[in-house]
Amino acid sequence: MSSNVRFVQGNEACVEGALYAGLDFFAGYPITPSTEIAELLAGKLPKRGGKFIQMEDEIASLCAIIAASQAGKKGMTATSGPGFSLMQEALGYAVMAEIPCVITSVMRGGPSTGVPTHVSQSDVNQARWGTHGDHSIICLTASNHQDVFAMTVEAFNMSETYRTPVILLFDEIVGHMREKLRLPEPGEVPLVERLRTSVKEGVNYHPYLPREDGRLPMSDFGGVHRYNVTGLFHDMWGFPTDNPKIVRELTRHLTDKIETNAEAICRYKSFFLEDAKHVFISYGSAARTVRQVVEERRLMGEKYGMLELQTLWPFPYAAVREACAQADSIVVVEMNLGQVVDQVKLAVDNKDRVFLINRFDSVFIKPENIIDLMRLIQGKGV
Amino acid sequence: MAIKDYIRERFLPHIWCPGCGHGIVLNGLLHAVDSLGMKKNDMVMVSGIGCSSRISGYVDFHTLHTLHGRALAFATGIKLCRPELNVIVPMGDGDALAIGGNHFIHAARRNINITALVMNNRIYGMTGGQYSPLTGPGRLATTAPLGTVDQMFDVPALAAAAGATFVARTTTFHVKELAKIIAKAITHKGFSVVEILSQCPTYYGRKNKEGDAVAMMLRYKEATTPVGSKAKQENPQLLERGVFVDRQAPEYCEEYDKTIQRAQARA
Repeated sequence: MSSNVRFVQGNEACVEGALYAGLDFFAGYPITPSTEIAELLAGKLPKRGGKFIQMEDEIASLCAIIAASQAGKKGMTATSGPGFSLMQEALGYAVMAEIPCVITSVMRGGPSTGVPTHVSQSDVNQARWGTHGDHSIICLTASNHQDVFAMTVEAFNMSETYRTPVILLFDEIVGHMREKLRLPEPGEVPLVERLRTSVKEGVNYHPYLPREDGRLPMSDFGGVHRYNVTGLFHDMWGFPTDNPKIVRELTRHLTDKIETNAEAICRYKSFFLEDAKHVFISYGSAARTVRQVVEERRLMGEKYGMLELQTLWPFPYAAVREACAQADSIVVVEMNLGQVVDQVKLAVDNKDRVFLINRFDSVFIKPENIIDLMRLIQGKGV
Repeated sequence: MAIKDYIRERFLPHIWCPGCGHGIVLNGLLHAVDSLGMKKNDMVMVSGIGCSSRISGYVDFHTLHTLHGRALAFATGIKLCRPELNVIVPMGDGDALAIGGNHFIHAARRNINITALVMNNRIYGMTGGQYSPLTGPGRLATTAPLGTVDQMFDVPALAAAAGATFVARTTTFHVKELAKIIAKAITHKGFSVVEILSQCPTYYGRKNKEGDAVAMMLRYKEATTPVGSKAKQENPQLLERGVFVDRQAPEYCEEYDKTIQRAQARA
């Protein structure tokens, strides 16, 4: 076996992805089921000159990451449901101040302390709507360890590209299950570094004046450009303002820089969609179950197909609409009361053909859960 | 360098009320920085939310105006990533010790080389005069129309107990002392805390009938005495000013660098 093939947990695949992407700084607070990410990085980061700190809580963790990024480093934190809730305040700050950073939430069931040690996919809406105010957000997920690695690298790349916090949502099965991971060679996967300003010392630098392509060249703290960064609405100098025009334009900018690039941001995988009459839409570990069902039923002549989502936000409306255009039934499989199914209904014309197959009892969804309900949906009786 | 060169004139006029003590704190801070001959590019100021926190806008450093209470958490991230930068964190009393109380004690425990200024005006000024953890029992505030029953923190005692290696208190009346103490705090290696009594005539003074700004500052003169003075023995009611703690202890960033060296030696 090649030395770059490993047998790891999903949480470790995330760690390897972050290190591959150039992670310099991790601040976190232990919480199940994300803790292995912190534990592994506590040992691995100092070996390469990076830094790890266990902060006093999740709020402080994300604040420290944001500041590290402002100082020019690539930062990440990892948490789970209730810890992610605590981070929402700082998440909004990173959005407003346009500071790249990556937040991994290995989901647990909630509300509140909920079920810490079993599977759920209940942070999808928290990722999108947890902060106050209007803005857009990028949120990625994965169903297997190779993809966990790839999406973690993507998260850093997108974060640096769009100067925005990027959220990685994994579920407990993906986080804790062990399977094969092939580590790519250095240089095999492209990495993105933030655009840094070319403005020289002594020349006026406008930290919040977007270029024509919408990107904001950054100047790291400690460099030659001294400017103000704030969570308040701010002008191109970073100075606080309540000027209605600036408030309106900045709100639009924070949304548009992601929504207008949705096509470039959206990642998904298609299985047997070409002639599918029953289109499944799923993500994370639930998508593994769906894939098994689809493959088995294809052998039996059922025209099943699947769209596996890897970008949850911005929601891939166009891809979903296209995949479902010819479908007799559209079946969303997820482990919550239906957080993605609402978006699917927004995406498709034939809303009355959208069904939800779900579990929200902290138990992994099994193939028979799907097969039984498909009989009903297909009018075959039970 | 002229003091004026440390200021962002573009940001002026400032938002502080007439008579507010925070301008005196800014003045003392700039004199301290000037006396140390510090380069602006080496300075980072991280503030939270409140009247005090707007001070970061007025200084021509790298400035991060963050979230209520969280300034020290942000500052920790900056300092760990760029230990060569001087990180100053001005906070209000509510900012530092209510919502930010947890971050405050943990930054002190770590002994990370950050200078924390607690601009204590005993009130939440920006949001209109609600009581803070330093208002003190029996005092009036908009959320304590009948007087608070809340006890207050003793900031130097709290900071020292939590592990801060430089702890001092001064007031806006003692302007020369203020600049000297801030300069000492900046040059100290480790977590430094300077509590600065700063008058809020608009909300605290008016509500508690303490008179105008001048009257409030004169009260600082009368009610305080240097640390260890004879006057304190004679009148225990007096509040001590000056440096309470100035000791050396392992600094967080340096200790972490040793961890990196150990990890790399092992690898």
